[in-house]
This record gives sequence, C-alpha cells and structure tokens, in this order.
Amino acid sequence: MFRSIESPKSRVRVIVDGREIEADVAASVAAALLGAGMTAVRRSVVGGEPRAPYCLMGICFECLVTIDGVQNRQACMVPVRDGMVISSQRGARTMEVGGQ
Amino acid sequence: MQTLPDQEIVVVGGGLVGAAVAWGLARKGLRPLVLDGEDLAHRASRANFALVWVQGKGLGAPHYARWTIGSAKLWPSFSEELKETSGIDVALRQRGGFTFALSESEMGMWSGEVRSVAAALGEDAPEHVLLDHAGTARMVPAIGKDVVGSIYSPIDGDVNSLRLFRALHAGMVNLGASYRAHSDVTEILPKAGGFLLKGAWGDVFAGRVVLAAGNGNARLAPMVGLSAPTLQSKGQILVTEKCEPFFPYTSTTLRQADEGGVMIGDSQEADTSSIATSQDISSVLASRAVRTFPQLANVNVLRSWAGFRVKTLDGLPIYEASPDHPGAYVVMCHSGVTLAANHALRIADAIAGRAATLADARFSSRRFHVSQH
Repeated sequence: MFRSIESPKSRVRVIVDGREIEADVAASVAAALLGAGMTAVRRSVVGGEPRAPYCLMGICFECLVTIDGVQNRQACMVPVRDGMVISSQRGARTMEVGGQ
Repeated sequence: MQTLPDQEIVVVGGGLVGAAVAWGLARKGLRPLVLDGEDLAHRASRANFALVWVQGKGLGAPHYARWTIGSAKLWPSFSEELKETSGIDVALRQRGGFTFALSESEMGMWSGEVRSVAAALGEDAPEHVLLDHAGTARMVPAIGKDVVGSIYSPIDGDVNSLRLFRALHAGMVNLGASYRAHSDVTEILPKAGGFLLKGAWGDVFAGRVVLAAGNGNARLAPMVGLSAPTLQSKGQILVTEKCEPFFPYTSTTLRQADEGGVMIGDSQEADTSSIATSQDISSVLASRAVRTFPQLANVNVLRSWAGFRVKTLDGLPIYEASPDHPGAYVVMCHSGVTLAANHALRIADAIAGRAATLADARFSSRRFHVSQH
C-alpha cells in the first residue's frame, strides 16, 4: 500500500510480531510498519476494532505498539533501531509492578 | 437576535443538573426548552469525577446525608430508565467505594467524619467498615505499603460520566424536551404570567423558569427574588491511558473507568480564577495515586484538565421555589452525578406538580440570610 518516495540510504532490521522486516534507518516505527504492509498495529481497547497509524505526528495515539517490552509506545514518534523488537497490541495495557 | 416561540417552562443551563431536571420534566409530560451557554463557559459538568458517592457526606447536615442516600438508592432504576429513553448504558457500578488513608492522621480525621455522620443518622446510617492495611489489602491486593488503612462503604459507586451526559441529552429530547446551545441567559424579567428571558442570542417568554446554571445562578437568582451565593472551588483531574482492570471498586481520589482509563483527582483550590492546570497540583495528585497503587508509576497520563465546581457557601445544594415570583426555581448542587437521580425523579416531579417546596425546606437559600426566625 505504501512505498518510499526516496531510495533508502541504509537499512536496519527489526522484529515485528516475530517476523523480521527491513526499514530505512531514518524511518519511524510507524513508517516502517506501514512500509512492510502492516496496516493494523493494534486492536481498540474498548471495541476491539483494528487500529492503524493516523496522524503520524504524536497527537492521535492510534499507533500504539509495544517496543522492546514497553507497552503503548507511539510508533510514529519512535525512530527504528537495528534489532528493535516490536509487537502489535490487543486489549488494554497490563500493569506489572516494577515492569513496563 | 430572535424571539423564540413562547414556552411553558424553560430550564436555564444544560449541564448535568439542567439536563437531569429537563429529562425529568419531559418524563412527566412537559415540553421544557433547555437554554445552554457557550462551549467554553466554565461548565462544572466538565470537572466532575463521575462518582455516585455517599460516604462521609452530610457532616453536620443529616438532611443532606439522607438526600444523598436516597439518590444513590434511586440510581439503579434511574439508569434503567435512562437506557430506555436514550439507548445509552451509563455503566452504573455500585460495588462499593474506598477512602484510602496515607497517614494515621488522615485515617483518624476521615473515620471521625464518617462516624459523626452515622451517629446523626442512627438506624438510617449507610453501612461502612474501617479497615487497617491488611484488611484493605484483602479486598484490594494492589494497594501500596503507604496505605495505612481505609474506609469502605458498599453503597458507593460510579458511572461513565461522558455517557451520562449524552444519555440525559438524548433522552430528554426523545421525551419531548428541546435544546438550544449558545443561548446564555443574561437577563430575566418577571412579567404577568411568566418571565422574559434575554441574551445576546435573542429572547423568549416562559411561563415558568428553572435556574440550573451552576455558578451562573449567583448572577441570575436575584432576578427572580432568590439568592444563590457561591464560592470559588477549582478541581483538577489527571487521566491515564486505558489499563487492564485492577481496581473493581471506586474511591474519592482515584477510579478506573469502565473502559480502563484511570481518573485521579480531588484537588481543591479556592484562591484562583485561572482555568489552567497547575503542575504543582498534578504532581501531588500523581504522587498520592502512586503511593496508593504503586503499579501506576509506569502508566502514562494522557490528559489533565481543571474545572470550577459549583460550591454554595456551605457546600450543600439549593432547591427553592421563589415566593415572590411563583414559577421560578433554583436547582444547584456540587454533586451533579450522585444527585442526578434525585434531580430527574424527585425535583423534576415537584416542579411538574407545582409543589411549594422542591425538597427538604432546609435546602432553601433562606439559610444564608442573617436573621431567620
């Protein structure tokens, strides 16, 4: 659905829901997920509907994913990093004591 | 500017109180017109904490405690009727509420208040239990070590207040009420057979008028021979991201809404007229919340806002029919959610039935007059 309008300068590898994908080093996590064809990054906490990155500027909180174990990160505000582990979310965040 | 068609009854104010009264009037077959103010007016309904709360209320005023208990007991049937008239479930939960004490002095002060209220009510006192840390942790395992104890009362609960607001508005219109936004009433002129209500938007003649304009009643009530003096009371709220359920009850300072978000609140400032939120207040709210539930330390706050509560000189409601100008009423209170059932079912019925007093006569504003014999 989405393709980059510039040829990537260099690429990094990240793990998304157990699958390895490549992304431009300058991409946000949201851009990387959209570029890999992933158009639903989580399910709505209230209604269970699929949700995707929307505003891409940190306002709408639609693109929440778990990044390196931290829940509810805004994918559009976090740059990708080689080796990053990203998971889509289903249901509300958990609240382990001392955890993230 | 326009002149609206004559009305049998107008409710001034479309917040939780005005909408509850209008819903109740329409339920009795009247066709009230609700005139609401501007979106950016200081709406107290925006500052509510969504509690249906009894515990500790009515210190030195047992009639207020009884009035509150009565509304809490009416709430289940009220929420059913709201659903029937609006199609909206307001998510009423009356599973009990806690007041968490973070020091022995807090525990002493608050349990003393609850005991005093209970003593004044005798057999009608709502059930409450004083719990130490271990007793509290048995019911709420997630509490932190700083919680020295708590007061638990099973009658307390909460609703989804956004849906309550929507249900009242949708329901009242379905029942035959009508609603106009951007219609701030600035002048009320008593006339033969009614009242002329005026604002920058135009005017309307009303056979009867209910003032439910919150703090705005202080300005409007004298125009119909009543008084509604108020104090400044600013409250601030923090709201977190939605979390999996961890606290199935409710409390005065922290509640997890039915959809998972955590509301943290209960600040009170009397010395400011600024609507902006204060970081100092936010940090106190957050710190107390994390001491009560340590897992909240990792949860993100998404929103924070402030609002001005409706606060009369003694904090108690004013319900009054004007003796000088029959057909004019004042209805105002602090606890617009808790008392919504009373306003919709009892106050509205009294107004619809043209009762001389709307509720216990001690809720009249005459209590603020210097000499009352």
